[in-house]
Amino acid sequence: MNMKLRVWRQSSPDAKGALKEYAATDVSPDMSFLEMLDELNERLMEQGEVAIAFDHDCREGICGSCGVMINGVAHGPMKGTATCQLHMRSFKDGDTIVIEPWRAAAFPVVKDLVVNRGAFDRIIQAGGYVSVATGAAKDANSIPVPKEDSDAAMDAAACIGCGACVAACPNGSASLFTAAKVSHLGLLPQGQPERYRRALKMVAQMDLESFGGCTLFGECMEACPKEISIDFISRMNRDFLVGAATAPMERGGGED
Amino acid sequence: MWLLTLYRSTVGKKAIMAVTGLLLVVFVIGHMAGNLQVFVGAARMNGYAAFLKSTGELLWVVRLGLLAAVLLHILMALQLTRIKAAARPVDYQKRQPQVSTVASRTMRWGGVLLLVFIVFHLLHFTTGTIFPWASAPDALHPEFSHTDVYGNVMSAFHTPWVVLFYVVAMLFLLLHLFHGAWSSVRTLGLTTPSRQPMKRHVATVVALVVWLGFTAVPVAVFFGVIR
Ligand code: FES
Repeated sequence: MNMKLRVWRQSSPDAKGALKEYAATDVSPDMSFLEMLDELNERLMEQGEVAIAFDHDCREGICGSCGVMINGVAHGPMKGTATCQLHMRSFKDGDTIVIEPWRAAAFPVVKDLVVNRGAFDRIIQAGGYVSVATGAAKDANSIPVPKEDSDAAMDAAACIGCGACVAACPNGSASLFTAAKVSHLGLLPQGQPERYRRALKMVAQMDLESFGGCTLFGECMEACPKEISIDFISRMNRDFLVGAATAPMERGGGED
Repeated sequence: MWLLTLYRSTVGKKAIMAVTGLLLVVFVIGHMAGNLQVFVGAARMNGYAAFLKSTGELLWVVRLGLLAAVLLHILMALQLTRIKAAARPVDYQKRQPQVSTVASRTMRWGGVLLLVFIVFHLLHFTTGTIFPWASAPDALHPEFSHTDVYGNVMSAFHTPWVVLFYVVAMLFLLLHLFHGAWSSVRTLGLTTPSRQPMKRHVATVVALVVWLGFTAVPVAVFFGVIR
């Protein structure tokens, strides 16, 4: 297969970027999307050009490193997969493929398709943990957890922090990510003592990072490679509102 | 100071929008039900209007409450729109919405249109300031009257552009409620987990009933179903 690529090239954070056209030739339908880019990069380097920078690591959809906007869709046309799990058989011969980095004020472009997702780390630092030492692993079932709760906690914990929710959201909101991280702890016994404070702190940090607000477009859930439900956003909001009503917090405060 | 905590956060601002929005949903349902009495007859309609006016202070409490709800709703919408604009300063060259509804994508501009409509509607039926034909009343269009609400309705909806404006505005109300009546409940966290979280049966019924009830009156008058 042969395709036309239009790829966002930007040499540094402050440089002005633009879409640049490349030809992807002899593409096998069995190649992954990133392998197609690898081959293109090989050719570019042979010609003495600078390779296209993109993030990747595990290439099996578990690390959350990869992620680009493909023809205006976060992680491309396959539902429930990350960019690294997308194969070229999802495209047709002669297709034009537009490839852009995630766009958000909180995700500044580092180079080409690579963005800085440090804002997510700071949201986690604000409260996405359990403060007490939980000790060595306990015997299974020594702390009983209802099946529905453990299932829901696992669904939320499936978040790999790739940022597709932000990228796909017309508001540039990080609500799905933050909600998943608030919920997977808030649903389990170990996360209960800090449940409401956690929601307050993580939402406050999310706002500080200048993400947008959620208006429930639903695009995030569709883009999420782990298909995390917007139900968790409702749950985060509930925890936040209960927290705001019961434990007022100073802005950005770390004291409890 | 939990109100301040709410005011400072995007989640809190959305909660304020949701609560004020839900209050307004309750109001439009009541308003729509009141309007339908026009189909019973002049005596019933005018009696109902006289009863509302007889409540005196209570009427003003409700009016000021609605005004406060509308103002808060708009203020939060403005702030959140500004935050949204700042959240993505460089836009995509290409973006393909996947599942978001037309309703959700017209909330902001549709809301502006509804505001224009509300102002017009108040000047039209509450004060009679804008009342087409008022300068040259004829048999079909008598003058605006503060007591004959039925007569006002009959004369107002013989002017095509007025009927069209009302019908279009109500389509936007339909869209606004289809998204808003559903999303506000979710925003407040008052939902249980669902396999299809985008499904919205109650909001769909509310939006359709309100739309039908409001649209029926101008259309029925225009086509002479009631006279
Ligand atoms: S590279 Fe790890 S999720 Fe795609």
